[in-house]
Parts: sequence; C-alpha cells; structure tokens
Amino acid sequence: MSIWRYANPAEFMALTSKVIVPLWVLAVITLTVGLGWGLFATPEAELFGHSVKIIFIHVPAALIAINTYLLMAIASGIGFVRRHHVSFLVAKAAAPVGAVFTALALITGAVWGEPMWGTWWEWDPRLTSVLIMFFFYLGYMAVWAAVDEPEKAADLSAVLCMVGVIFAFLSRYAAMFWAGLHQDASLSVESGQRVDDVFRTPLYISMAGFYLLFFAILVVRARTEIRTRRARAMRAAQGAHA
Amino acid sequence: MSWLADKYTFHILVSYGSAFALLGALIWATVAANARARQELADLDRERGK
Repeated sequence: MSIWRYANPAEFMALTSKVIVPLWVLAVITLTVGLGWGLFATPEAELFGHSVKIIFIHVPAALIAINTYLLMAIASGIGFVRRHHVSFLVAKAAAPVGAVFTALALITGAVWGEPMWGTWWEWDPRLTSVLIMFFFYLGYMAVWAAVDEPEKAADLSAVLCMVGVIFAFLSRYAAMFWAGLHQDASLSVESGQRVDDVFRTPLYISMAGFYLLFFAILVVRARTEIRTRRARAMRAAQGAHA
Repeated sequence: MSWLADKYTFHILVSYGSAFALLGALIWATVAANARARQELADLDRERGK
C-alpha cells in the first residue's frame, strides 16, 4: 500500500476523519498535564529563578515553528514535483499555524530575554533568523491570498517557501555558527541533556501536547482547504452548465 | 505557587497569556472556517440535488 494514496483528497478525508477527535482529546489532556506540571510542580531554577517556567511554552513553540516551515517546504516540494494538490493544501493549511507558533516563540523569547539578557530584543543571529522566517510565513500566506488562480498561487507560494527554508535551518543552527546571545539547543540528541531532570519530563510532555495540538489544528485546516477547493470546483461546474 | 508573588510573575503571565490568546484565536478561526466550508459544500450539494 503506497503512501501516495493519501494524496487523493477522498482518501485523505477518510483517514483524517478517524483521527480528529482522538487528536483533540489527547492534545488537551497532554497539554493540561505538561503545562500544569511545569507551572505548578517544578521548583525555581538555580540561574533563572521562576522564569524557567517560560521554557514550557517557548521551547515547544520554537521547535514547532521551525519544523512546520520544514514540513511546508517538503509538502510544497512534493506538490511542485508530483502535482499533488493535497500536498499544496497541507502546506497552505500549515502556514497560519506555523506563523502563530513563530509569533509565540518570538514573544516568549522576548519575555524571557528581558530579565535574563536585560533586553527584549537583540539582533542575534538566531533571533534574526526566526524573525525572517516569520516574514516568510507572512509572505507565503500573502501569495495565496493575492493570487486568484489556485494553480498559480500554489506554484508561486511553493517557490517562496522553498527559498525561505534556509532561514528555518538557520533558526535551528545559527547559534552553532555565529556567537550571539541565544544559547545553543536546550535539548539535543548529539550533546546529551542540557535541561535539568526536574524540568525535562514536563517539558517533553508539553512538547508532545503542543505537537498533538498542532496536528489537530493542521488536520482541520487541511480538511477545510479540501472542502473549499471542492466547493470552488462545483461552482465552476455549475457555471459551465448554466 | 510561589511564582505568583515573584519578580518574574509578569513575564510568566505574559508568556502563558499570549500562548492561550494566540492559540485560542487560531483554534477559533480554524473551527469557524471549517464550519463555513462544510455549510457551503452542503448548500452546493443541495442545489445540485434539486
């Protein structure tokens, strides 16, 4: 059985109809546990005091912001090469979600930076890359909104998305290449644990909760895009017969 | 709960508040758009059936 069968809108709708409710339920439960644990059951950090509680929002938001852009770039690339409309529509559906998580990462980063670095904002390589990625999200959505013809909008937005992917990578790895205020990754497979045990478990649970929420929203938005496209096709067919 | 009377209380509340506000607005917009799309399709299906 090929994964490409889910590029068929009917197959995609049938599959996703089964996962929507479990995704929402799991997201709410996991987020409640993760954020509740992080906010009310973790101690002060030695260096950061209670401001450490911001990581339970900031780290998942930043991770999802970057990975959503990569997902959009992959989906756009697949759509561009294989002409699968569902791929384009998944990328389109993901953009507002990624933009919101990017905004959240920027806001919580600024709120964290003020007490830790003494400034709300610094033109640090990593922060600047995330800001540019945010503008790419906005540009991507603007292209879809500005171009009336769906095929043309899909192609143009896909090209823009793939061009901007460099800033998604820089948002993740800039701290490794250039010195800046922002620390290196808080969690990293290569370099072992960097967050204390007492914060790591609720952080992982929060990350899982935010990811479940992300997929729940993405699935609903992708289904909306498919329905909207179908409605447009039906209206066009009615117009042709009239 | 001691963070509620801490020098970082404002920062924590802004972070969690902005998360709830932004994600709440996104979820609201997502559900509303989905309901509109469903309704539009149902209307078109009904028209086609006439």
